[in-house]
Parts: sequence; C-alpha cells; structure tokens
Amino acid sequence: MAEIQLKALAHSYSDRPTGPDDYAIRQLDHVWHKGGAYALLGPSGCGKSTMLNIISGLIQPSEGEVLFDGKRVNELSPRDRNIAQVFQFPVIYDSMTVYENLAFPLKNNKVPASRIKARVQEIAEVLEIEDKLYKKARNLTADEKQKVSMGRGLVREDVSAILFDEPLTVIDPQLKWKLRRKLKQIHEQFDITMVYVTHDQLEASTFADRIAVMYDGQVVQFGTPTELFEAPNHTFVGYFIGSPGMNIVEVERCSDGVCFGATVLPLDSWQVDILKRMTSGNLKIGIRPEFIEISPIASDDTYEANVRDIEDLGTYKIVTVQLGAQELKVRQGEEFEASIDSPVHLSFPKQWLMLYVDEFLVQEQQ
Amino acid sequence: MRQTRSKNVGITLFILLLLTPVYWLLNMSFKTNQEILGGLTLWPQTFTFDNYAVIFTDPSWYNGYLNSMLYVSINVVITLSVALPAAYAFSRYKFLGDKHLFFWLLSNRMAPPAVFLLPFFQLYSSIGLFDTHIAVALAHCLFNVPLAVWILEGFMKGVPREYDEMAYIDGYSFPRFFIKVFLPMIRSGIGVTAFFAFMFSWVELLLARTLTSVDAQPIGAIMTRTIGASGIDWGVLAAAGVLTIVPGLLVIWFVRNHVAKGFALGRV
Amino acid sequence: MDKIPDNRAWWLVLPVFLLVAFSALIPLMTVVNYSVQDIFGPGQAYYVGTEWFKEVLADERLQDSLIRQFVFSGFVLLIQIPLGIGVALMMPKSGIKGSLCLILIAIPLLIPWNVVGTIWQIFARGDIGLFGWGINQLGIDYNYTGDTLDAWLTVLLMDVWHWTPLVALLCYSGLRAIPEAFYQAAEIDRASKWAVFRYIQLPRLKSVLIIAVLLRFMDSFMIYIEPFVLTGGGPGSSTTFLSQTLTTMAIGQFDLGRAAAFSLIYFLIVLLISWLFFTAITHADKEK
Repeated sequence: MAEIQLKALAHSYSDRPTGPDDYAIRQLDHVWHKGGAYALLGPSGCGKSTMLNIISGLIQPSEGEVLFDGKRVNELSPRDRNIAQVFQFPVIYDSMTVYENLAFPLKNNKVPASRIKARVQEIAEVLEIEDKLYKKARNLTADEKQKVSMGRGLVREDVSAILFDEPLTVIDPQLKWKLRRKLKQIHEQFDITMVYVTHDQLEASTFADRIAVMYDGQVVQFGTPTELFEAPNHTFVGYFIGSPGMNIVEVERCSDGVCFGATVLPLDSWQVDILKRMTSGNLKIGIRPEFIEISPIASDDTYEANVRDIEDLGTYKIVTVQLGAQELKVRQGEEFEASIDSPVHLSFPKQWLMLYVDEFLVQEQQ
Repeated sequence: MRQTRSKNVGITLFILLLLTPVYWLLNMSFKTNQEILGGLTLWPQTFTFDNYAVIFTDPSWYNGYLNSMLYVSINVVITLSVALPAAYAFSRYKFLGDKHLFFWLLSNRMAPPAVFLLPFFQLYSSIGLFDTHIAVALAHCLFNVPLAVWILEGFMKGVPREYDEMAYIDGYSFPRFFIKVFLPMIRSGIGVTAFFAFMFSWVELLLARTLTSVDAQPIGAIMTRTIGASGIDWGVLAAAGVLTIVPGLLVIWFVRNHVAKGFALGRV
Repeated sequence: MDKIPDNRAWWLVLPVFLLVAFSALIPLMTVVNYSVQDIFGPGQAYYVGTEWFKEVLADERLQDSLIRQFVFSGFVLLIQIPLGIGVALMMPKSGIKGSLCLILIAIPLLIPWNVVGTIWQIFARGDIGLFGWGINQLGIDYNYTGDTLDAWLTVLLMDVWHWTPLVALLCYSGLRAIPEAFYQAAEIDRASKWAVFRYIQLPRLKSVLIIAVLLRFMDSFMIYIEPFVLTGGGPGSSTTFLSQTLTTMAIGQFDLGRAAAFSLIYFLIVLLISWLFFTAITHADKEK
C-alpha cells in the first residue's frame, strides 16, 4: 500500500505541444494518501483516464514526476509498480475459467497454491460469483464478466493501489448500487488505497471519502462530498455537483458589491477588498438552489422575481424564477405553491453566496 | 505490446533473407550472359540494360505481359461484378439452400486445377474460346469468385442493416443505394478482394497455359518455353522474371491502405 | 445481424451460381463421364464401370506419388505454420514500419509461380546461384538436380520461402484485431511473454489459423508448377507430386479414363482431409 504523489505533472499526447490546448493534463500537484478511498470525478475528456494511466504506468507523463512513497517511479513499468487496474469494459481471458482468471495474477506472483485457492474463494464470495467459478469465462453475461474483471483487480493482497476506470459503465443500474456498496465494503475490509474514476457524482459520493474533481486537465478541488457541496472551489464544481447544479451568474463590480442588470448584491468588506485588489473582469457569483430562500413578504434584503416554471419532483419542487434578465433555480418543499408570473421574494443568505474570480472561489483568509 | 529491439532485428533479418532470392534475380537481369556464366559476382560488373531492351522490343516477349494483364484485369472485373451482389445476399438474407450454396462455392477453391485441365481444354475449345483472354479470365473465376464472395461477405457483415433501411426511408432505390451508399462503406473490402483476385489470377499458370497457345499466351508460358539453341538465355529470363513482379508491387502499393485497414478490422 | 428470409435473394446470387456452375459442374460432369469409360479415340469409348477406379487405387506409381505428397504437405504445415506465427509476432503493429513490412513480406506471394520456380532454379545452382554456391563453399556437397535429398530440401525451402508470408500475413491480421486493453491488463497482471502468447494471442488466432492450415494443406497438396520448373519432378520421380502425375497422365499420355478416375479420387481426398481438419479444429475448440 503506497502513498502516491504527483509532482508538477503535465501530459500531452502530441510530440511537440504548442500551447495549453495540447495538454491533456496541465500543471498538477496532488497526493493520494495511504489507504484512502478516493474518487476522481469529471466530465468526459477532462483527463481522468489519462491520470489513471499515468499512475499505473501505462502512459509515461511528458513532464513531472510520479512518486510512490517518495520514490520516483516514472521509469517503472506497470508490472514493477505493483498496481492493479480495472478497465471500463470487461477484460477477461476467455480461454480460461473464472477461477483461472482470478488466480492468474496470483500465479504470476508465485503465491502458494493453498493461498490462491483461499483468496480466489474469498473474492468470488464478495462479488457473489462463487457459483460460477468453474465456468468458462467467455460464457458469462456482461455483468458477470465485469465482476470477474474487477475480481482480478481485487485479488492481489499486496498491491500499492487499486485503480478503477469507470468500472460500472456496463453494469445494470440495480446491480450498480449493489456493487458500489461491495467496493466500499472491500475497502473497509482490506484497507488498500483505491482511486475510482467516474463522471457520475452520485457514484463518487457513495464510494469516496474524498473526491478530486478534474476539469480541463487540472484538479480544481479535492475534498469530502460535503465540502464540494457547500464550498465549491471552482464554478465547474458548483455546476457539476448537485442536482440541479449551482446557479452561476456573471456580475460586475458595483459600489460595495456586485451587480447584474438592475440587481445589486452587497458583499462583505473582505470580499470588496479582494475585488479591489484583483483586476480581472471575469466575476461570477454562485448560490445553490437549496440555499435560496423564498419568503412571502418583501423586505430590505429581498429581491423581487417572477415565477417562470415549477417542476414537481415528488418530495420536492424546482422553481425557475426570473430576477431581472437572469433565470435562477430554487429548490422548495412539496408544499410550495405559486402561479406562473406571480411575484416572489428571494433572499440570498451571505454564507451561501459564493464569489468567483476567474472561475475560482474567493475565500476569507483566516 | 511494445516493439522491442529484438523484434526489429528479427523481422529485419527475416525480410532480408526473404528478399535475397529476388535480389539475385534482379542482379542477374542486369548482367550479360557471359558474366553470368563466367563466374559468381555479387553485383553486375558490366551493368547492362540489354536484357530489358530485348523484352521491350520483341513482341513475342512483351505480348506475354500484355496478354497476362488483359486476362487478369478482365477476371478482376468479372469477379467483383458477380461477387458483390452475391456477397450482399449472403450477408443480409436467408434463402433456400443458402448454406449449401456457400459451402459448395468454397469447395471449388479446394479443387485441384490439374483435375480441370482436360475438361476445361475440351470445354473452351468446343465453344470456340480456346486461346482467348476471356477463356482464361472465366477459368480463373472458378477459384477467385468463391474467395471474393467469402471476403466481401465478411466485410459486409460489418455494416449494420440499419444503413440499408435508412437509405430506403430516404427514398433510394436498391441500385442507387448499393452504388452510392453501400459500396463506399466497404471500400477497403473491395480493395482487399481486388488485390487477392488480381494476385491469384496473375500467379496462376497451369490453367492459363493450357487454355492458350499463341494469341493469348501469358508471360509465364513464354518464359517456360525459352530454351533456345544456345541454351537458356539467363539474362533475358531474369529480366522477364523481374518484370513479372512489378505489376504485383504496383497493385499492392495502390491498395496498401485498404489492405492495412482490412487487416486492422481483422477481416482478411 | 439477423438475416431476413427472402428467396428473392437468389436473383443476386444467380450470376455467381451460373458462372461457377459453368466453370465447375460441366467439367466435373465430363470428368465423371470419362472416369467410367475406356477411350481409344474420338468416338471409340466403351463403358467399363468402376474398373478405372480399381486400377488407380492399386497403381503403385500413384500410391508412391500419394505418399510423397502427404510427406511433403506434412512438412509444409510443420514448418510454415509456427514460422508464420513467429514472423507475425515480430511485425510492427502500425505506422509506416508496419505498412512497409506488410508490403515487403508479401512480395513472394505476388510472383507468378513459374517465376518462383525459375528464381530457385537459378538461386540453388552451384555455378550461377548464390545459395547453391554458398552452401558448397561451406563444404557441404549440394546438388539439387542429382541428389534426391537435396532436391527434396530445395523444393521444401522454396515452398517455405514462397508461402510462409501468407501464414504470417493471416496471423498478423488476427493479432491486429486484439484490443490494446488485453495487453495492458496482462501487463498489470504481470503475465510473462509466454502467458501472453498462450492466453491472449493464441486463442484469438484460432480462426485465422484454421484458414491458414486449410489453405496451406490444400495448396501444397495441389502443387504443380514450382517443383516442376525447379526439378522437373526429379531426380527420377523423387519430387513428382500428385498434380504432376495427373497432368502427365491426362495431357502427356492422353490416358483419359484413368486420368479422370484419378482426378475424382484426388479431389475427394482433398475434400475429405480438409473437412477432417476443419471439424477437428472447430470441435477441439468447442469441447474445451
């Protein structure tokens, strides 16, 4: 089990990169601590699979270093790094039985036969395929094949880390849930560093203690699911996490605050100070639909908006309102009622109103 | 699997060994007969184009090439024209006797040409096609057509039927769909098939020689008859040999992308 | 793809059917016709039933030729299949190097078969051929026109040179079809090179290998021109294979009845063994 550190990492797939667009991974410094269950979350093309392949050694990074427990491993092949990796699509040896598939990595590592049998049995039970152990791998369904594929990744006891590249993509939805729980169980049982790549935030939150959100080749935030939700470090995190995501509005500087259209939002003094120091014109504010409050009566702190649409999702409703020229989404309980075009009064509690300069969150220095 | 140095060395060695006999032929084609018979030299001491000059100026030589190229081209055209619709049928439809027909076609590939020598000779003579290019072209269809159907069917299976249905919905008639939509999609398949058809027809000599005598004599027949009074004209023979390799090289060069793609699809 | 049942597809298949029927059925019928007749001259033929077949099967000359043929085809398969696989494993996967290798290796396949014979006829001679001269320089007494073993080895070497590229190219296509992910998984599972070959590459080569074995068996069993040009069947009849024996009988000696009977037996042997090979390999696959 190892601590994996990525230092000044950058990777481009072309031989002669000319600009930041040629890089799949840009300036990256990151540490995966021993024994953690981590998720690497991001949209397609953000560089997650690239990062995984760099960690496992299938790709050599064009710049920077990969360190296992402090030692540089850039030049080591995957077999020498002692890593297990599970791919998105089932990769099994079809001429072998399920048992032989699971035993294969152990045999290659010269594990004694008795231990192999015990270990294969253990993993097969956890994945609930022990009744298929002696069947030919090629005759299984896609789910079962992927379980075998995952089993091969889990069967080795002495690996530095296990890397999962969107392993549940081909699995049925009911089974997905079950398997996610199983993986969590396995992690608690065996305490190995696990990195799980996904584009599904729900999957990431259920599996991981801490999530690294990747966007455009960089890790923009690394935190617990709660931290990601309550204090998104980057507008992308705000937008990507939560359903629906954060409301993000482009604003300009105004006296003591920011404004969009005719709406003025006052800010705390420390925020105003920071704004004075920074020259960028790329300013945004964000607030989650869960945190916008609607009150029946107007007051000094409220803003008047009109109801545009109400989506009833059973236990809650999503109300789309229009404030000035800007549309916002607000989450309300199932008892909320209003008619279209009726006025409502919105307030934005200061602790949930996030200020973003150049897409990154501006935070109070403590 | 990374390409290691030992693999590079191995494959280079193999290719060098493979090409040495061809080099030797090339070597001889640029030598005079005296030099050839005088002693062994690794490259021509007296470099000469004379042997090639003989072939390019003597009709009894160059006609051989023209004849061969003619019947091979006719064969490729016929083979492709009949095999394309048939392969389409095999890939898309079930019909009475389809499996049996397919196997019967393939079994013709297993027929020893020697078995057909005499019957072909009599057959084509009786319909007045003896010593014509079309006779050889048709005779070669016996093994080229089954091969073509088999290769093309493999490629066609890779095109989902949804494309056909889409085209019909868009108002294409079958011939228009086939030519404008379908064929471009299996371009590599056609390239690969044309290559194999060309190859098998170009290299085959037994049937080609049996069915011709003067007018449509292939270059191979002319080469095997070259034993003059002064013994075998090695230089000219070598030059003739070299020139028979050239068309093959040209064809494979032109279809190299299709063949490489066909290989990549795992269909060849 | 689920095929739609539609008998109108016969229209698409008709040209092929007619063409091949013309080329195959009519001649075959002629052969069958001759095989049961004793033909003295045009218009003088007597029905003799299965007499020719009995004679052919008992003919020692033919039996010898058959044995020679089996030995030859056996060696051909033994050498060319493993060698072809080996070459395919060494070829670069893609890029310019890959295409170049492909084309260079394919060259022997593009040479007319008589020229193949001629090339080796020259190449293996002690006086004007590099190979013959080279072997003799090494102190080995080598003469393919005079010595039976030398003739055999030369014919075999020529065939290996000529046809191994076909096996190599077929296997190469099979290997190219293997997704990179399998090699990556094997790397991660720390599999040895041999394990990778045995568990990833070989299973996927099965279908191409069937084609390679069938083609090489059939074509080597029907070989005619190359050994004929190289050795003329000699010395004596030591390199006279089945097709040459048949051709001499039919065209040279004009022994039509006997040749026809022999033709049918020849064809049947090829079909039978091909079927045996095919069934054996595909069943072995299913059983496991």
